[in-house]
Order: sequence, then structure tokens, then C-alpha cells
Amino acid sequence: MEFSRRQSPYWSARVAVPGMMLQVLLALVPAAIAHVWFFGPGFIFNLLVAASFAVGGEYLVMTLRKRPPEVALSDYTALITAALLAFALPSLTPWWVTATGALFAIVVAKHLYGGLGYNIFNPAMAGYVVILVAFPVHLNLWIAPRMGDIDYQYLTVLQTLQFTLTGSLPESLGFDAISRATPLDLMKSGLNNMRTVTEIHANPIMGDFGGRGWEWIGNFLAIGGFWLLIKKIIRWHIPVGVGAGLLIPASIMYLLAPGTSPSPGFHLFGGATLLCAFFIATDPVSAATSPKGRLVFGVGIGLIIYCIRTWGSYADGVAFAVLIMNMAVPAIDYLTRPTIVGHGKSGHADE
Amino acid sequence: MTAATYDLGKLHGGLRLPGHKGASTAAPIRDVPIPAQLILPITQHVGDPAQPVVSIGEHVLRGQLVADPGGALGAPVHASSSGTVIAIEPWPVTHRHGDPAPCIVIECDGDDRPVARTDAPWHAADITSEALLSQILRGGIVGLGGAVFPTAQKLMQARSGNLEFLILNGVECEPYISCDDMLMRERAAEVVGGAQILMHALQIATCFVVVESDKPEALERLGEALGDLSDQRIVLKQIPTIYPSGGEDQLVQLVTNREVPSGGLPTDIGCLVQNVGTAAAVYDWVINGAPLISRVTTVAGDGIVNPMNVRARIGTTVADVVDFTGGYAEYTEHLIIGGPLTGKSMSTDRVPLVKATNSILAVLKSSFEGRQLPCIRCGDCAAACPVQLLPQQLFWHACADNEAKLRDFGLTDCIECGCCDLVCPSHIPLTANFRIAKGRIQELADEKARAERARRRFEARNHRLEQEKLQRDNELMQQKEAAKRAGPAAIAEILKRKQQEQEDD
Repeated sequence: MEFSRRQSPYWSARVAVPGMMLQVLLALVPAAIAHVWFFGPGFIFNLLVAASFAVGGEYLVMTLRKRPPEVALSDYTALITAALLAFALPSLTPWWVTATGALFAIVVAKHLYGGLGYNIFNPAMAGYVVILVAFPVHLNLWIAPRMGDIDYQYLTVLQTLQFTLTGSLPESLGFDAISRATPLDLMKSGLNNMRTVTEIHANPIMGDFGGRGWEWIGNFLAIGGFWLLIKKIIRWHIPVGVGAGLLIPASIMYLLAPGTSPSPGFHLFGGATLLCAFFIATDPVSAATSPKGRLVFGVGIGLIIYCIRTWGSYADGVAFAVLIMNMAVPAIDYLTRPTIVGHGKSGHADE
Repeated sequence: MTAATYDLGKLHGGLRLPGHKGASTAAPIRDVPIPAQLILPITQHVGDPAQPVVSIGEHVLRGQLVADPGGALGAPVHASSSGTVIAIEPWPVTHRHGDPAPCIVIECDGDDRPVARTDAPWHAADITSEALLSQILRGGIVGLGGAVFPTAQKLMQARSGNLEFLILNGVECEPYISCDDMLMRERAAEVVGGAQILMHALQIATCFVVVESDKPEALERLGEALGDLSDQRIVLKQIPTIYPSGGEDQLVQLVTNREVPSGGLPTDIGCLVQNVGTAAAVYDWVINGAPLISRVTTVAGDGIVNPMNVRARIGTTVADVVDFTGGYAEYTEHLIIGGPLTGKSMSTDRVPLVKATNSILAVLKSSFEGRQLPCIRCGDCAAACPVQLLPQQLFWHACADNEAKLRDFGLTDCIECGCCDLVCPSHIPLTANFRIAKGRIQELADEKARAERARRRFEARNHRLEQEKLQRDNELMQQKEAAKRAGPAAIAEILKRKQQEQEDD
């Protein structure tokens, strides 16, 4: 009997990239629901805009690169980029702002570097930074979180949609009436105005740790993140690294100068810390690869976030921290290479 | 005596794989009947091919020598049954994936008459280790774990170093394969007896018999056999079931917590590893006078109707063996000799079972499907690599054909265990790529060596030509000198002759 020949091994992995990416998307669902609950339906519109332009952009580039578009689209990575971008943007964002970010992320940051697996920079963060540079005003339009005890005007679904499509509010509403500074902004401006942390926290929007709404979204992000850890989609090194890099200096400063230093809890639940630790920095393509390298990568991101929040002119620094550490990845990878078995000291004992 | 668990070394990475060994270990080993024809490849070992010492038409007996070791590194081949040599010709063989190589073909007479035994039984007291080694050499015994290095030569090489431990490998970590497990269950006494013989040949005092924890019955039998023997020098060790613990270097690391140096051998750090099957074969030869003419093989895989372990004569074709077990399942696509991770894929089942054949797997097509995607640098391959390489970086450099980087990242340390393939979510055939890259590196090295030889030849030629020229110049100079010295006298002579001529006129 004749048989067809093949190279060993004759088993292949039971996991596959699309499945992994789908799980990442699923892990974001609870936090997405919380986001909609606290900040309104704008998140859904942002997600739809980001996803359409990410997928459309990927289809276009793959076609131009003369490669089968369905291969790239069926790995769901464009959708993850879109989702992360939607999480990073205020719920009130005009569609062209979101579209610019999504297109830059996919076309420039991802495909001009060679597509999946070859991009140096985290696409979502590259897209976000482009928005930050091109449309800085729009990133300040965070509406106040839904909370019974805070009096403010809600936008209806239609009003939100109108804003997404046109960039303008109904005439009866002014930006001042609906927008609120984010907890990170409040903290930064408060400290700059020589107020103490306790005074700043008196504002009900500051919540218990990281701000009303934000801390709940944070909880759900953490749940999703732990689920990914349990499923072994991500490993612990980067989340722990980010946490350590941010919280260790924050704790030290909080103990030394509690009046002028926000608590570690505020740093952890405020802003995009948990999104970064579990979902952004853990993008394997643009992160370091060895366990030791990933710890270094995470710690670097945490430290840079702390520095930007404390001394920088931006309220949060996740995107910059991730992009800066992306640049350091080749060096980290080179310097954290494990010792090959047989090359260690015990292997060379006789020499 | 029960299996003791010791503080062991740790292996980096590795995988816990589904064993799939239940089906083939459910029943005792069954004997495959002697086939009509035996095909005996003259290369069944690492080293030089054996040289046939029989001629076509000659009648041979079971256990009779049919091919002598061809060089310093080699092993003899014996007839697995009695019959007539009908051909010495190329035949599909396993070590060439089903392509042909020279074989001795014997038509069996069915009588299975043995050759007369000449050696006396062995007793530890009255045989020197040197005599024992040359006896083992004559038995045609090779490493039965799959590497088929001639056992006698391995023992001789080991004796020249500072050897501390003999390690008997009963780990058998690849899925499906269970021939060593069954051998240990059914012939534990022969295994530990073989260990004693090997220890005597090596003149060492410690032997570890190592078995994975998924073989409780084998551990029990070995414990009983050791208890009967009451030999304190042989220690049974149980290790966790993690692939690839049974790799030679990995096993040494697990048992002794010492790393085999890169490019080196276990003997460099005082260890010698032998497969349990090899130990039993040594026992059979030295004590019973039976050379290596049969072996236990696992026949399994989802393409096999009745998985089982069989004992077959060396030279029985795989087709005959599979027929005996009940044949292939429908839609069988691949035939693999060895395990599902490191085995060799065959083009035909006409290949004969050889000393190396520990397993025959038939696999359905659907067993490994998956589209290859770009590497996403997840690093799971590095986490799984037992040698602590970075397969993903190696793959990158292999694609770029960057020889210097490949060496730098330890390509030559890759043991081709396949762990990285099994965890890759992008389904990249990493091991296959590394195998090709290794071949390329070898080619480049050969090319360099050839260029170096050519350069030296060219330089030697230039040197020779220069020497010859120098010599010629020297000679010319000497002639000139001589002419110069002889000059005045010669001129006078010529003048004198001319004068003479004129005078004559």
C-alpha cells in the first residue's frame, strides 16, 4: 500500500490564532456593557465606526498587497484594534475622528509594516496617538458617568447618534452642560492648583478609587483579563509588570506625601491602566517575547505611565508608554535571551 | 521494593500530551508468524553499512551471521529465520522513508532452524569486561530506543571517560508508543539482568532505571525483579510524564541535574544512557546466545483497526505486520515509523521492520489540518522548548537564511522534538523549517570545507611551482657560473681550434 509522505511532527496545535483573538474580544464584552451603562450608547457607535473602517481598511490593503483579504479578516485582529480604540475614545466622538484613528491603525501602523505579526507598534495605540495629535479637542468630550446622585443632562440614543454623525449637539444642549472632566484630569488640574488629594476626592465624580463608572469598567476589565490568564491566552508577566511599574512608585510616593500623591488605587482603577495591563500591552506582536523580557516590557510601561501622569502634561500616558516600550522591544528581546540548555555553567563544568 | 521518587533535575518546557497508549497495552505482546520473505537491510544502525558475507542461493539458519560490520562503527546483521538467500538488492527501507537501499532477501523455509551455539553461558566471575564487550559487538545489538547507535561501540567510548552512572531509559514519552512499557511488564527480569551485564562491561557501580509515572505496571514489575535480584546498585526512578523526558540529554538532566554540554555527549558528564529494550537484547545475547533478530513494536494510530504490541522478526515487512494485527482503517493517509512527533513518514508499507522500528503508526488525513498564519510572537514555543531555544526567533532567521544568527540562537542545539509545532497557534511547521535550516548550515559548512581544501591545494601547487622555478633558476645559474669559470679556457680552446683549421687550409 502506498502513502503520502509528510514532515514530522504529525500533530499540530489545537489552539489557533482566530480562536485566541475571539476570546480576547469576548473578554472585553463585560467591560463594554459597563461602558455603555455608564457613558451611554456612544461607545457602540464608536465601535461600529472603528470596526467598519478597520475591516474596510484591512480589506483594501490586503487587496492592494495582492493577498487574500479573507485570511487577514478571519483572524479578528482588526476587530480587536477597533474595540481597543473604541474603549480609548470618549463616547461622544464624531465618526471622522474615530475613522482616522482606525484607518491609521490598520493601514499605516499594521499593514505598512507588513501586516499581522510584523507591526512594531501597537496599532490601536498608534491610531489613538494620531487622534490625540490631530483632534485634541475631541478627546476632552467625556460626558459625566450615569450616577443617580449626580445631576446632569443625559443624551438620548438619537442625540448621541446625531453627534457621532455630525459632530454637533442639538441646539438646546451645550458642551458644558453634558461634559465633565475625567477623574485623571480633575486630579491633574487640582494638584496643579495646589489642592490636596483629599480635597480633590471630595468631588463625587472621583468615586471610591478611580472615578465613578471608571472603576466599574476597571473591575470588568480585570475579570476579562483574569479569564484570559486562566485560558492561557495571555501570560501573567505583562499585567504584573505594568502593575508593578505603576503601583510601586505610586505606593512609595503615596506613603511619603499622601497630600500631593494620588493613591495606588486611583492609579490602578483610574484611566486606562487595567485596559492597558490586560488588553493593550499584552498584544503579543508588539510586545517582548521571553518571560523575562515581558516583565521588563510591562514594568517599563507602568513606570512611563506613572511619570506621564505625575509630571507630564497629559492626564494619562498609556498610549505613549506602550509606543515607547514598543520601540524598546528589539533591545529587550536581545538582552533577555534565555541561556540555552547545555551552554550554562553546569554544562561547561569540565572546561 | 517500590519505585522511589528522588529529587530530580528539572526540564524546561516540555508538554503533557495525551498518551493514547491504552489500546495497545490492553493485551499481552503477540508474536507475528515468520513471513514468507525476510528483507534485511545492511544498514540498520548508525555508521558504515554492514558487508554481506552470504551469497545468493546459500542456505542460512536462524541467528546465522549474514553481514559483517563494514567499518570501525557498525553492527553485524543476523538471519532472523532459516531459509535461502534469494537476492541482495535495493529494497524500500525505513531510514530512507520508503526509498530503496541494499538489502539481503531471504526466502524462509518455515523450519526456523537455529544455528548451533558455540559460546558458553556467561558468569560475571569468569569473564573480563573486554571479552564481554567484544561478545556484545558480535550480537548485532544497537540502541533500540530509535537512535540505533551500535551498543558495543557506545560502551567502549564510554569506558574511556570518567563514567559514574548507567541510565536505563524506560521513559518512552512519545504518544502511542508502548513497546518498552510492554517489554518492561513482561520481561522485567531480563531488563535488570541486562543492566547487570552492562554495568559489568562498563565497570561502574550505579545504575538508574528510569520510568515515567504513567507506567505503574512496568514500575511494579521492575520493582519485583529488582527485589528478586537484591542488587543495591540498581535504583528504580520514577519521573513525571512530560514529553520529551525520554530524549537522551533530557533524561540525563532530569536524573542527575547535570546539563549535557552543547555539542557534547552524556559521557562528558559521566553518564551513559541505554534503552531498556537494548538491555534486554544484551541479556538475550549474552545469556541465551540469541542475537538481535526480533523486536517488540507498537502498531497503533487511528488508522489501525486493532492497536497492539507485537514481537516480529527483523526483516518482516510492515505490510505483513499490519496485516497480522487486522489491517488499516479506511481513509488511512500516512504511515509513520516511530512516534507522532519525531517519527518518519513512509511512502510505502513494503519497508521491512528493522532494529530501530519501535512503532508503526497509521494516521488518518484529518488528524492534522490547520491553516498556517503569520507568527504573532506569542512566545508559547519558547515556553515549550526543552532546550530553552527561542523557536520564533529561529524561524525568523531561518526565513532570512541568516546563518550567523541561526548559529547564535542555537539552531544546532535543537533536538527536533516538535514541541514548538504542537503549541503554535499559527500552525507554522517550525521543526520542518529547522531541519531544512540545519541542512543548509551543514551544506554551507561543507562548502566552506571544500573551498578551504581547494585553497590549500591551490596554495600547495603555487608553492610547488615556485620551488621548481627556484630550483630551475638555481641550476641555470650554476650552469652559467660553471660556464663563466670555464670561460677563458674554452675561448682559448676555440681560438686554438680555429687556428688549427686555418693552418690546415
